[in-house]
Amino acid sequence: MALQRGELVGLLGPNGAGKSTLVKTVCGLVRPSGGMVTVFGSRAGTAGSRRHLGYLAETFRYPAWCTADELLTLHQRLARSEAGPTERSALLERVGLRDAARLRVEEMSKGMQQRLGLAQALVGKPRLLLLDEPTSALDPVGRRLVRDVLAEVRSAGATVLLNSHLLSEVELVCDRVVIIRAGEVVAEGVPHDLARPRGVHVETDRGTRVVPDVGRDDVPALVARLVADGEQVYAVTPLTSTLEDVYLDAVAGDTS
Amino acid sequence: MNAVAESARPIVVLAGWAVRESLRRRVFVIVALLTAGFLALYAVGCHAAFSHLGNQRQIGPVDAHEFAGATMLGLGMFAILFLGSVLAAFLTLSAVRGDAENGLLQPLVVRPVGRAQVLAARWLAAATVCTAYVTVVYAGSLFILRVTGDWGPDRLVGPGLRVAVAVSALAALCVLGSVALTATANGIATFMVLGSGLFAGLLGQIAHAIGNHGLERAAHVVSWVLPFEALYQDGLALTTADQGGITHFLVELGPLGGGSPAGHWLLPYAVLYIVAVGVIAVLATARRDL
Repeated sequence: MALQRGELVGLLGPNGAGKSTLVKTVCGLVRPSGGMVTVFGSRAGTAGSRRHLGYLAETFRYPAWCTADELLTLHQRLARSEAGPTERSALLERVGLRDAARLRVEEMSKGMQQRLGLAQALVGKPRLLLLDEPTSALDPVGRRLVRDVLAEVRSAGATVLLNSHLLSEVELVCDRVVIIRAGEVVAEGVPHDLARPRGVHVETDRGTRVVPDVGRDDVPALVARLVADGEQVYAVTPLTSTLEDVYLDAVAGDTS
Repeated sequence: MNAVAESARPIVVLAGWAVRESLRRRVFVIVALLTAGFLALYAVGCHAAFSHLGNQRQIGPVDAHEFAGATMLGLGMFAILFLGSVLAAFLTLSAVRGDAENGLLQPLVVRPVGRAQVLAARWLAAATVCTAYVTVVYAGSLFILRVTGDWGPDRLVGPGLRVAVAVSALAALCVLGSVALTATANGIATFMVLGSGLFAGLLGQIAHAIGNHGLERAAHVVSWVLPFEALYQDGLALTTADQGGITHFLVELGPLGGGSPAGHWLLPYAVLYIVAVGVIAVLATARRDL
C-alpha cells in the first residue's frame, strides 16, 4: 500500500481490521509485527519521519487545564514551527474556534476538542496528515467543516490518510479508498470506479421492476424491447452499487 | 554541539510544560499550605524541645543540646524526604502508561520528539520541582533550629543536597515504574519501595546496635540498591560529622533511621544510578506500543 503526494486516501474496514494499528504504525506509536513502513523515505517512527507528520488519534485527550492557544503553542515548539500567533489564530479560525483561543480544554465540548485536535494536527503544515476517526464527535456542520479543511490541505499538496467508519464522508472527500480486512488490503480504488452496475430500474404500465445484469449502455436496447413487447415505458434508471455495497462485499459481512 | 542543543530543546519545552501543569492545577498551592503546616508544627516541636532543656547543655556524658538539635533535624529530614517523595511520585507516576491510556502521550511523541526526551523531561520537571521544594523546606528547618535552639548542623549543604538527590532518584524509579504500571499501581509500588528502603535502614540500625553483622550487611546492600536510603543515612551522618563519643552514638541510632557515612562515592554512584534507571526506562518505553 502506498500513498501518493497530494492524495486523500480513505481507509475503511470492519472493527479490528487494523486501521488504527496501521495509522499508529505510520506514526511510530506501534512497531510493525512484519513488513516495513516508510514515510518520505525514512523508516516510520524515526525522528526524520515524524518531522513531516500531523496526527489526530481516535482516542485522545489534552490537558484539561490548558487553553487552545497554549496547546497549539506547545505543539508549535515541538514541531519547530516558527509561524507564531499568526499560525495559531489561522488554525483556530479554520476549525471554527476563533473565539475559543483562551478557552480551557475542560470548558470545551467534545466536538470543540476534536476540532482543536485537528488544528493541533495541522501545526507546522505537515506533509502527511493522519486522521483516525476525526469526525466521530462532530455534528453535520462540524463534519462539513472537516471535509472542507481536508480538501484545502490536499490542495496545498499535503497527503492525507483518513480512517473513518462514515462511508458517505469518505465517498464525498477521498480520491482513493482502501478497504482492509484482518490486516490485508481487500479492495482499493477511486470510489467512482469501485462502483459497479447493479441493473436498471424500470417503471412501465405493468409496474416497476429491476432488470439485473444490464448497464447504462444497454438502456436504449432494453427500452426498444419493452416497447416492442407493448409496454408503455415511464422511467428507466440505471442502478450502480454504492460504496457501502462495495464495502460489504469486500469485508464479507465481517463486523468483528 | 548543535545536535545536543537540538535534542535538549524539546526536553526543556516539555519539562516547562509539566511544571506549568503543576502550577495551573494548584499542586504547589496545596503543597505550600501543607508544608507551612508542617513547618509550623516543627517550629512548635523544636521550641518545646529546646525550652525543656533550658540552659542544661549536658546530661551525664551526653551533649543534650547537640542531641536535641541533631534529633530534631533528623526528624525534619525524614519528613522532607517523605514529603519530597510524595511530590516526586505524584508528578511522575503516570508518565508513560497512565498518560498513554488517557491519550495524553500520543500527540506529543508523534512530534519530532523522541520517547527518551519525553521521559527525560518528565524526570527533569519532577527533579527540579522536588529539589526546589527540598531546598526551601530544609532551609526552613535550619532556620527554625537556629531561632528556637541556636543550633546548626556540622555541615549545612551536604545533608540537604543528599535528600534532594534521594528524591530525584525516587522520581527516576517512579518514571521507570510508569512504563509498565498503571498510575495507581505505580504510586503504590513507589511508596512500597520507599518504605522498604526506610525499613531496611531501621533494621540496619537495630543490627548495628545488637551487633548482628549479617543483618547489618544486608541492610547496607539494600541501602545501595535503593540509594535514596543510603543518601538519607549519609545526610544524617553529615549533620553530626564533627561529633564523637556517646552523643554521636545516640544520634546515629536516631528515631527514624540513623546516620551512616557512605563515603565519597555515594553521590557519583547516585547520579549513575539515576542515569541507569533512565536508560532502562527509555529501553522499556521504546519497546512499548502506544
